[in-house]
Formats: sequence, structure tokens, C-alpha cells
Amino acid sequence: MTVIWRRLVVLQIPILGFSLVIGFLQSNLESAEQNFVQPPDRFGFGRPAMITDIEKLDIDVTPAGTGLPPGNGTAQTGTATWNRVCGSCHGPNGEGGTAAPVVGLEPQTGPPTVGNFWPYATTLYDYINRAMPRNAPGSLTADEVYGLVAWILARNEIIEDNAVMDARTLPQVTMPSSNRFVPDDRTGGPEIR
Amino acid sequence: MADSRQSLPIGSSGGLTRREILVGATGAVSTIATTPVSGQQALETTRRPGRGPNELGQRSQFVRPRRDPSTTSSRTPLQDLRGTLTPADLHFERHHGGVPAIDPDRYELLIHGMVERATIFTLADIKRFPATSRICFLECSGNLRRGTPETLPQMVCGLTSQTEWTGVRLSTVMEEVGASSDAKWFLAEGQDAAVMTRSIPMSKAFDDAMIVYAQNGDALMPGNGFPARLLLPGWEGNASVKWLRRIEVADQPFMTREETSKYTDPLGDGRTVRQFSFVMDARSIITDPAYPRIIEPGWHEIRGLAWSGRGRITRVEVSTDGGANWQIAELQPPVLEKAHVRFRAPWNWTGTPTELLSRATDETGYTQPTWEVLRAARGPRTRYHQNPITSWTIGETGQVLFGADRLRS
Ligand code: HEC
Repeated sequence: MTVIWRRLVVLQIPILGFSLVIGFLQSNLESAEQNFVQPPDRFGFGRPAMITDIEKLDIDVTPAGTGLPPGNGTAQTGTATWNRVCGSCHGPNGEGGTAAPVVGLEPQTGPPTVGNFWPYATTLYDYINRAMPRNAPGSLTADEVYGLVAWILARNEIIEDNAVMDARTLPQVTMPSSNRFVPDDRTGGPEIR
Repeated sequence: MADSRQSLPIGSSGGLTRREILVGATGAVSTIATTPVSGQQALETTRRPGRGPNELGQRSQFVRPRRDPSTTSSRTPLQDLRGTLTPADLHFERHHGGVPAIDPDRYELLIHGMVERATIFTLADIKRFPATSRICFLECSGNLRRGTPETLPQMVCGLTSQTEWTGVRLSTVMEEVGASSDAKWFLAEGQDAAVMTRSIPMSKAFDDAMIVYAQNGDALMPGNGFPARLLLPGWEGNASVKWLRRIEVADQPFMTREETSKYTDPLGDGRTVRQFSFVMDARSIITDPAYPRIIEPGWHEIRGLAWSGRGRITRVEVSTDGGANWQIAELQPPVLEKAHVRFRAPWNWTGTPTELLSRATDETGYTQPTWEVLRAARGPRTRYHQNPITSWTIGETGQVLFGADRLRS
């Protein structure tokens, strides 16, 4: 074999191999296209949720009052519950203990509280009902939660001591910070916000 | 070869370590035992078989990275890690009611509200949907400790970690239940003792939100949401609700405690409070050299992490002279969207005291600000989403300390 012939052979083999690979890929692609399965609009997974399934878990309360249960309470009825269940962590007057204060009126210097920061009274019902007392969440009755909500609102001088809090009155309470909250206006880009 | 083997003191000592031999021979710990002799260890470990294969891998006995736990969170040891994926057992944790123990066989996710078909999904149902994986960081929006000069990277901002998450796109699930086109928000609720709830815009559900069940390919860690959690890439960690039990589709936000009382930012006018500030702005930190290291003069590599919730990091600059001059650091590919990226820059320390800083820029053109600029923009009562440039000072002795002075009010 001459040197030139040998070079050609060496070149030839990869070229041949390459075109074989291309041919193989092409035929594979074509068949893949034919066999490609479009995912369905729906898979049909899961089972339908019944009203009772939903009621068991759907505990949220919205600013419009949706989700507030029957029952009621006043700051007076709430005092006993507060002293018994909550004061140990948040302080006897709600001004803070091992846990943060829930009473405080001074917005500029004090820590954020229900009185000087929370925009919605309904959030108080939602949160106490779902997460408090911290050591036994979910253990309060609706009347107890309404009473505690009333107690905290009254200590923050937002409602009177004898005001009845229930599914109708609570959404009507206007909080001192009700119009302070604005949506995020950061958008990226060079400006620091 | 034979000579060097014979010169070892262990000989054919079987189960005893060299240190034990020395103690046994002299009755006291010999200083030789603690002074490394070059080449010796490379021979010692060849003298007896090591342990066999086992069920669960463990780190070397000489390596002990640890999270730093408080009562409410535990922080990733950023200074001990070299890559971008956080080992699952070192992923930061932040929870409001402790970590629940959830039996995956009895786990259910309820989706209801403004949907055509209120549905309950088991974990097996969720895993049956088309799966997708994505690498992204997860950062708590309360991720800044200003601290003292003796502060580790872990303590400065260890509430950020990165994972390859696997799960189903939330859009797939929303289509499955027939979410209304009038829906604007959904509530995500956890089944921990805080029954954590956050309102999330529907636009995120149809952008890149996921319900995930795997962390670096493995089941989620309990502290990170086992068996399934929401994942909102680039957004503050709290909104990626863990232990997800319920999604309620609605036309308005629910105004939960965690989006009113917490995770909101009072602004400089003393009145306005910024709400639903989900996206984590671009940030970086030098993780080496950092406190508590003491370095020598000569060449070092400045190394750190940068990330942005808005997309890709396009540039990281470092300064080795307290911010007077900045040089471009090298970014380690792949540079992913909404992901931690490694940056590195060579540095020759002459031995004179100085200060090292880093600042990140993302693809929107946003550059990580100084503490002063951030405070000027947000006022003194801002609490979350703080991403200021941080620094490390190098003293005469080579002692590296956190640049706490840069973050004074
Ligand atoms: C064992 C201690 C403990 C007890 C008892 C307790 N709390 Fe709390 N409370 C906390 C802690 C801790 C937090 C903060 C939780 C968090 O941030 O996740 C908190 C938060 C709150 C908040 C939100 C404060 C804010 O500004 O965001 C309210 C309101 C509240 N508790 C009300 C109550 C009420 C009402 C009771 C009694 C039913 C109660 N707590 C009992 C520990 C406790």
C-alpha cells in the first residue's frame, strides 16, 4: 500500500461510520416523531374531594370574613382565657414575655404589634385559631378565640371592652394600620428599592 | 520500598493504631504522635484493611460540617462547602411550629376553591404526574445577621441552600383540577403545628412553581418538607410552604399573619409597609477566606457564592482594598437561573491589613447594594430581604474577621 492509499483508508472509515450514525439517527428520529405521545389535558389522578373533606381542613379566614365560624366573645370573656392560656408566654397584659408582644400602640419606636402594625382584624382570628397557643395549637373553641381576639383588640384600644366579636362584627373592625400596606414595587434593574 | 516499610513503628500490630502503640511503649503520649511525618500516613492506612461496604455512607471521621441551630432555624455551614449543591443534611431549616413526622402512606394534598374539580391527591398520585427537576437556591428572607467581627459566613447568611428538586409543575396540577381563569391567588397551607399559610399569585403557579418530593434525588428531608412541599424558585423561602396539605384557589390574597405581621418591610416614610415582596434580590458572600481563618501572605483564591431570585448572575466583582478598586471574579459554569453560582478570584496578600468585599450583578442589571444605599432606600425599620455587600477584614497577623462595621445602623 502506498502512503496515500493508506491515508484514504484511514479517512474513509470514520466518514463511513459517520454517515451510518447519521442514517441511524434519522430513522430513529422519524420513528420517534411517529410514536411521540402527547400528554393528555387531564390525567385523571386523585379522587374527588367531598364537602366534608374540605370542611375538615378549610380553616382560613379572609378579610371579608369568609370562614369565620358561629360563636362570639368579648374582651371580658377573653380575659380569663388569656390569663389561663396565653399570658405565660406573651405577658399578663400582652406586652411581651418569652414571646413577642401582641399589645403596643406606638408605631415608630416599639416592636410591630397587632395595635400598630396588623392591617386586618380577621387575621387575628385565623392565626390564633390555627397556631396558638404555641404549645397546644388547635385546642381552643370558637368562643374562646373570639374572646381572645376581642381581648387583644380592646387592649390595643381598637374596640370597646364590651364589644361583641363574631362573624359579622369582626370583619367590620378597622385597624389603625389598615391602609399602610402596599404591594412590592421592586422590579430588578439598576434601581435599589 | 522494603526499607521504608520496615522503618514504620507499627510493624504488624493488627488492630492498634500508631498512637496507641506509642502510648503503650512509653507510658505517655509521645510528641511524635502529633507531629506529622511526611509520607507516614500514606503507608499506615495500607497496613490493615479498612471497613467494608455499609448501608449508609458517612462523612470521614475527620470532617464534621454542622448546621448552627437556634430555637427557630438552623443555618448551612457555607464556609465548609465547595460546590453549589447543599448536602440535604446541611440544608438550612426554618420552621414555625417544629418539624412534623408525616407518614407518606397517609399523606394527602387537597386542592379546592376556584377549581372545576376539587381533588385529593395521594403522594403516589403526585409522583405519577410528569416529573421535572430543577436546581435552584432557597433562601429565607430573614437571612442577615449583622453580628460582631467574630461571625462565620454561616452566621452572616447561612439561611440559603441549594438543591436539585424533583416534582411536578404546579401548572400541571392546576390544569388537572381545572383552576378557573379568574383565579388570581392561591393559598398554600402546611400540616405542621404552625399550619403555615401563604397567599401566592396564580401567575407563579403557571410560571415555574412546583410541588416537589425529592431533594438531590432522594426523598425530602423532614425539616425541608417531607413528603411534599411547594417550591417557588427565586422567592423567599417561607412562601415555599413545606408539608403541603392544602391549596385553595381564589381571586384575592388571604392576608395571613405571615404576609402581614411578618415577612413585610416597613419603608422609610415611617408609614408604608411593602407586602408580597417575594423575589430575593441578587446577593453574594465570600466564603473563603473568612472568619475564623488566619491566613499567610502570598497567593490565595477568594471564593464565594452569588445568587439572584430574578435570573442569572452575570457578574461578580471582588475588591481586595476595601472597595476602592474592583476586579471581575470568574464564575464557575453552569451559571443557572435563580441558582447559587461559585465565584473565584486570585489574590496575592502582601501582608498589610485590608478588607475583602464582593458584589453580585444579575441579568436585570441589578447590582447588590451597600448597607448605606439599602438603608437609604428602605429606611431604618426594614426587617427582611436584606442583601447588602458584606466584607472580611484581614489584620496584620492574617486574622480574618467579619466586616461588621460596614453594617452598623
Ligand atoms: C408557649 C408559648 C406561647 C403561648 C402559650 C402562646 N403563644 Fe402566641 N406566640 C408564641 C410564639 C413563640 C409566637 C411567634 C410564633 C412565630 O413567629 O412563628 C407567638 C405569636 C403569637 C401571635 C402573633 C404575633 C405577631 O405579632 O405576629 C399572636 C397574635 C399570638 N401569639 C397570640 C396568642 C394567644 C391568643 C395565645 C393564647 C391562646 C398565645 N398566643 C399563646 C408563643 C406562645
